[in-house]
Amino acid sequence: MSKIIAIVGLGSCGIAAGAGKIFDKLNLFAESKKYDVLVKKTSCIGMCYREPLVEIIDKFGKYLYGGVDENILEEILEQHTKKQSPLNKYVVHSELLKTKDDVFWEGQIKIALRHCGYIDPESIEEYEKYDGYKALRKIADKNISRDDVIKEILDSGLRGRGGGGFLTGLKWKFAKAEVSDVKYIICNADEGDPGAFMDKNLLEGDPHSIIEGMIIGAYAIGASVGIVYCRAEYPLAIVRINIALEQARKNGYLGKNIMNIKGFDLDIYVKEGAGAFVCGEETALMSSIEGKRGMPRKRPPYPAVSGLWKEPTNINNVETYSNVSWIINKGAVAYSKYGTEKSKGTKAFSLTGKINHGGLIEVPMGISIHDIVFKLGGGIQDGKKFKAVQLGGPSGGCIPAHLDNTIVDYDSVNATGAIMGSGGIVVMDETTCMVDIARFFLDFTQKESCGKCTFCRVGTKRMLEILTRITEGEGKDGDIETLETLSYQIKDGSLCGLGQTAPNPVLTTIKYFREEYEAHINDKRCPAGSCTKLLSYEIIPDLCTGCRICAINCPSSAIDGAKKEIHFIRQSDCISCGICVIKCNFDAIKVY
Amino acid sequence: MEKILKKYKHASRDNLIPILQEVQDKEGFLSEKMLVKIGKHLKLPVSKIYGVATFYNQFRFQPKGKYHIQVCRGTACHVLGSASVMQELKKILKIKNDETTRDGLFSLEIVACIGACGLAPVIAINGEFHAKVSSESIKKIIKNLKK
Repeated sequence: MSKIIAIVGLGSCGIAAGAGKIFDKLNLFAESKKYDVLVKKTSCIGMCYREPLVEIIDKFGKYLYGGVDENILEEILEQHTKKQSPLNKYVVHSELLKTKDDVFWEGQIKIALRHCGYIDPESIEEYEKYDGYKALRKIADKNISRDDVIKEILDSGLRGRGGGGFLTGLKWKFAKAEVSDVKYIICNADEGDPGAFMDKNLLEGDPHSIIEGMIIGAYAIGASVGIVYCRAEYPLAIVRINIALEQARKNGYLGKNIMNIKGFDLDIYVKEGAGAFVCGEETALMSSIEGKRGMPRKRPPYPAVSGLWKEPTNINNVETYSNVSWIINKGAVAYSKYGTEKSKGTKAFSLTGKINHGGLIEVPMGISIHDIVFKLGGGIQDGKKFKAVQLGGPSGGCIPAHLDNTIVDYDSVNATGAIMGSGGIVVMDETTCMVDIARFFLDFTQKESCGKCTFCRVGTKRMLEILTRITEGEGKDGDIETLETLSYQIKDGSLCGLGQTAPNPVLTTIKYFREEYEAHINDKRCPAGSCTKLLSYEIIPDLCTGCRICAINCPSSAIDGAKKEIHFIRQSDCISCGICVIKCNFDAIKVY
Repeated sequence: MEKILKKYKHASRDNLIPILQEVQDKEGFLSEKMLVKIGKHLKLPVSKIYGVATFYNQFRFQPKGKYHIQVCRGTACHVLGSASVMQELKKILKIKNDETTRDGLFSLEIVACIGACGLAPVIAINGEFHAKVSSESIKKIIKNLKK
């Protein structure tokens, strides 16, 4: 019997799906020597829709198994140890055989996520084995100057992956040009966009690559203090980045005279956020680090001139830093080979919503939305019709199905009215109401508005009120126009990105789905059948068996009818909650 | 609480949020008394501290229930029906967001995306994730916890 290696994907989503139990079970097997297996852990590989995932490496190669539970696990181990062959029906990815999940991998180029799902994130040795800290060593050994590092990053065309899309190299250049006793380098890990989890996976899966990127950045601009501002909602990410920092200190990647570069001192520490979306905005983030309310302030002066504690500060996103060491290792040319003319490289996206293959992908810039949804994403759940994708979170917008040939790069996405954002893609089908989506985002931004600028504070509130009214069937003539006017006023009258982009979800849905708004307002009808207050319910006599289940569960007692007799909904008492539809076992309730 | 303040002996303004976080972690919530104490320690007016504490979603001013339920309100969860899960929870527990039931058993909190979108709609009970919940399955979960 030959020894096999089992690697369990222990990202927080994997753990939620039960990977922790699988990991414990495997350890039990290994201890009791029931199977000759070496158990290792890694983080999320991106196939969230197939969690929990276990990779088995035997003498022939690697096999990734999906949807593993305790029974399947035993089956797989039996097969590998006794018959020395894979259990094909549960394999979701392997270079040795074809699976129906292969489409998920076709077209993916992993640069930022190169280690996620492959290495143990809590082991610096594994990171070092896979070219870890090699870029830093290269800079030290070859005596690469600070200007040359910046030039390399500038030449690669790397743009800020947090959503702004500002050239990273240029940002570094500005920060380096400032003269000051102390400079700060900050990693923005306050990934607040709902529906986005790229940074979380990177922090959980490859914390050292972020740290290495920060160290190189600190060298380039001359920073001596680094801060990772991570949101408190990611407890596992915080744990892992702290472990990684401790290891980096121990191995001499942080501290004084790093890599024997004279005068290069740096320490990095983690600052936990406290749950405020606006703190993803760089000036608000710095106020938060200073212990104040996370309110943005006017720019200029930009952080590169006067940032944290009024000192020169450079802020980049998690994914941006993760790209840095790859670029230094392989060169700017290798990186800029991918992507489009103005947006180089690759971008990680989290793919969620009504899609078959929800998960984390990394693709070259320039891929079309159609390819993401239908090729990698495996199409829409339950064979429903594709309606739109939402890109960029609450600051972004909806791109409708007929524009699905739009390619993803900063400029093409901006042209549709949406923004690239940090990379959250939420897919919507025909049952998603676009007015409700706009309302959902406005509800979010209205709650998260810090309140500093009047237009953002009051304007989002008024917009939310109008949208709520529309979804409840009380829309009025002229509402759409009022929404548009308010949108432009908020955009013009707000200091920070939150306010300037908050109306985007409303503007794009009006632009592409105006008829849906009109149906809500004029006909009091929700075409997607999603706004419950606009729906009516009726029992189909032919299908009703008189079981009384709907009547018992109706919260407003609006259903009449004796046992074994056809029931009837009293429309005057019906509150359109839809519970009867869920409860009925015979599909006897019609919704219209 | 004294211990935490001792740890931050020469604390300055930038320690305020970490102190609040640690105190809440220990005590479960922030009371007026605690805020006054922190204010004295940091030589900051309580109004400023209250201002910061109310700004951030993480801080709460009511004790947590034995089972602290966090409902994710991310987009993926919304598209897949988190609103009806929240509604059901409000109905069975008879409390609103950020409240605790009278018996101290349950507390409810809406959180921004917890990043487990692949498993939407997601709720976390005392930090443990429950994947793909529905207004139906949530009833069972609560029922089991009540036992």
